[in-house]
Amino acid sequence: MTFEQPRIAALITVVMLSAVPLVAQVDLTGTWQRVGGNDNGASNEPVDLLGMPLSADGRAKALSYDIASLSATERQCQMYPPMYAIVGPFPLQISTVPDSITQKLLAWKIAGWGDRDETVIWMDGRPHPSKNAPHSHGGFTTGEWEGDTLTAVTTHFKLGDIKRHRGFSSDRATMTYRFTRHEDLLTVTGILEDPVYLAEPFVLTQIFRLTTNPNSFPLTACEPIEELPRLHENPALVPHYLPGKHPALNEMTERYNIPLEAVLGGPETMYPEYRKRLKDKYVPPAPVAPGGRGGRGGAQGAQ
Amino acid sequence: MSRILCVVVAAAIVCGLVRLEAQRGNPQPPRAPRAAAPIDLTGYWVSIVTQDWRWRMVTPAKGDYQGIQMTPEARKIADAWDPASDEAAGEQCRSYGAPALMSVPGRLHITWQDDTTLKVDADAGTQTRLLRFGNVQTPASAAATAGKPADVPRTWQGVSEAQWLTARPNVPLQLRPADRTADAPPLRPAGGSLRVVTRNLRAGYLRKNGVPYSENAVLTEHWDLYKRPNGEEWLTITTQVDDPRYLPNGRLIAPVFKKEPNGSKWDPTPCSARW
Repeated sequence: MTFEQPRIAALITVVMLSAVPLVAQVDLTGTWQRVGGNDNGASNEPVDLLGMPLSADGRAKALSYDIASLSATERQCQMYPPMYAIVGPFPLQISTVPDSITQKLLAWKIAGWGDRDETVIWMDGRPHPSKNAPHSHGGFTTGEWEGDTLTAVTTHFKLGDIKRHRGFSSDRATMTYRFTRHEDLLTVTGILEDPVYLAEPFVLTQIFRLTTNPNSFPLTACEPIEELPRLHENPALVPHYLPGKHPALNEMTERYNIPLEAVLGGPETMYPEYRKRLKDKYVPPAPVAPGGRGGRGGAQGAQ
Repeated sequence: MSRILCVVVAAAIVCGLVRLEAQRGNPQPPRAPRAAAPIDLTGYWVSIVTQDWRWRMVTPAKGDYQGIQMTPEARKIADAWDPASDEAAGEQCRSYGAPALMSVPGRLHITWQDDTTLKVDADAGTQTRLLRFGNVQTPASAAATAGKPADVPRTWQGVSEAQWLTARPNVPLQLRPADRTADAPPLRPAGGSLRVVTRNLRAGYLRKNGVPYSENAVLTEHWDLYKRPNGEEWLTITTQVDDPRYLPNGRLIAPVFKKEPNGSKWDPTPCSARW
């Protein structure tokens, strides 16, 4: 082989590739800034289960929750399950993981952010582990393309809260993501199924915009530390509320006039016909004082 | 070097001819949008209200605008919200216009009105959207595209131009997946998406409590279908409202629908300014 031959081959390759019709590529790499206007993580009241399709066990679990329990070292990372990619405040930093030899795509990776584990979406068809395999906070994820949409399924993640301290998923839950890119927007639909705490799938969406000015917030793993001496001195202590004893149980009703039965969630509360049950019970609360809730201009999501 | 150039030029010509021949062979007339649909949106769909429940399922308090950034002009309008005035003016459908309708709890019935028009009936407010494909020119759409005032009245649902987006071939080399294991299931067939751009709107409300959008708002939507392995079908509508006059950052939300087997729960209700 002469010195010229590889160059000729390379040139021919370039020319032939350029003859292929140019089309936009479905490339998810980059930093995606959260721009969606839904209220996924915006609840202010500790008991706000509106529209969450909780089972009876899921409701009981949610109402027993005392946020002080997060100070127990074994619980400090439980607010970062896969659903946190949708309800959390951070951007998505997505990159590819190439096969070291062929350089073909082996996986997509969503970087960890502010205590959330990184998510590796394996694209090589590997199976999920045995149901008895260890669980992590981030879980195990595989993906496949359906047209231009990347569908990813996560299993093997630990118990965690699914809407910023409101409601939980168990370690038997499954999370399905749909990543759909439309120009510089990325819509992520998350479908959470859980035979323990949910009566029907819990579906949330979030929209991201590709940014060239990414936030450089440090990427750190969730690292438990001892925060409250009383929990360290008595490891058997688990902050919680007994049934019917949650002190904020009626906050939503008192503030927004929403009946307690709706505040406590359940699958029926997410369907339109539920409005008929509310119509005769609900009276809009008094007007909010000027400058009260939201409405001002500024950065997306800054409320 | 001249030999190299000759080989390269020859390769380019061969590639070009192959492509040209492929384009010439068996010319096919363009198929009507109905026949060319990469996804089937027809049927009954119910909205799943897991997000923004407090502003969608009940009428929020006057002045409760959490989650929406408005210009001072818009805020002044919202602060003056008076449902009695809207009723007196016959404008009780202000919160059922296209930019808000897909977020109103209810059901959709989607059918083909003809080969180029997808009809979306909503039982909430008894509204109908017509999503027109191709270069279907109406006076309103021509004026809207040209950015001129239309000679026809603006409507709550405006003029919607629709377009199928089909899955893209030719995945770049670096994004092609590594070889899958032998027992891995085959990749599912390609799908697509529906893009809809709506203009010529009548000014209305994004929320029942008077958060406004102007008549110059432009609504851009992407309708994406998801068929689950258990047979369920879900629909996500990525919704972008651009309205610099009232919304300094626009508004982006993605309401979700689930397909129902029939219309047994279809429940048309009139517009309401209060509920």
